[in-house]
Amino acid sequence: MNATEISIAVLILVSGFLSMAAGIGILRFPDVLTRLHAGTKPQVLGLAVVLAAMVVREPVWGVLTSVIVIMTFQLLTQPMAAHMIARSAYRTDHVRHDMLLVDELARDLAERERD
Amino acid sequence: MTFLQVAGVIAGLMFAIGAVAALVRIIKGPSILDRTLATDVLLAIAICALAAEMAINGHLDTLPVLLVLALFGVVGSIAIARFMARQDAA
Repeated sequence: MNATEISIAVLILVSGFLSMAAGIGILRFPDVLTRLHAGTKPQVLGLAVVLAAMVVREPVWGVLTSVIVIMTFQLLTQPMAAHMIARSAYRTDHVRHDMLLVDELARDLAERERD
Repeated sequence: MTFLQVAGVIAGLMFAIGAVAALVRIIKGPSILDRTLATDVLLAIAICALAAEMAINGHLDTLPVLLVLALFGVVGSIAIARFMARQDAA
């Protein structure tokens, strides 16, 4: 039981905890926009941590480049998907306006309609 | 059971809880956007579980599967979000 094995085990446990947090968050949050927070942020971090565990386990150049490619594509695509889901939710009235404190998009849209 | 295998079992349990929660949201979710988001989360948990299994058992056999899932798994979410109209609220 050396430092490598302990670090791999800790990284995998952290990733498991973050994925469980993402799942429970998406179940308990009340609105589409808040569920977006829960569904993207802990998830991407959990993926980064478990890919780091893979690199620690087999420190080979092939694994490192594959992991970098996977992480780059996830970092590019997850915010894009979240942004499009949020836009679609706002435009089709799936947002609960009683839970919002500030709604700048409504103000901007109203200003644009006045012009 | 070594420490790594015990950690693997506990992490697997946590992945399973997250996946079942996403599945409940897919069934319950009052709109199609909730279901899209939960499918995305379920896919990401599957990718994490595959990578964790590779890290525990020390092989690299499913690395191409990981790559393809990470690249193309998000296309469905973007397509649904892009073409959702006001009438398709469910």
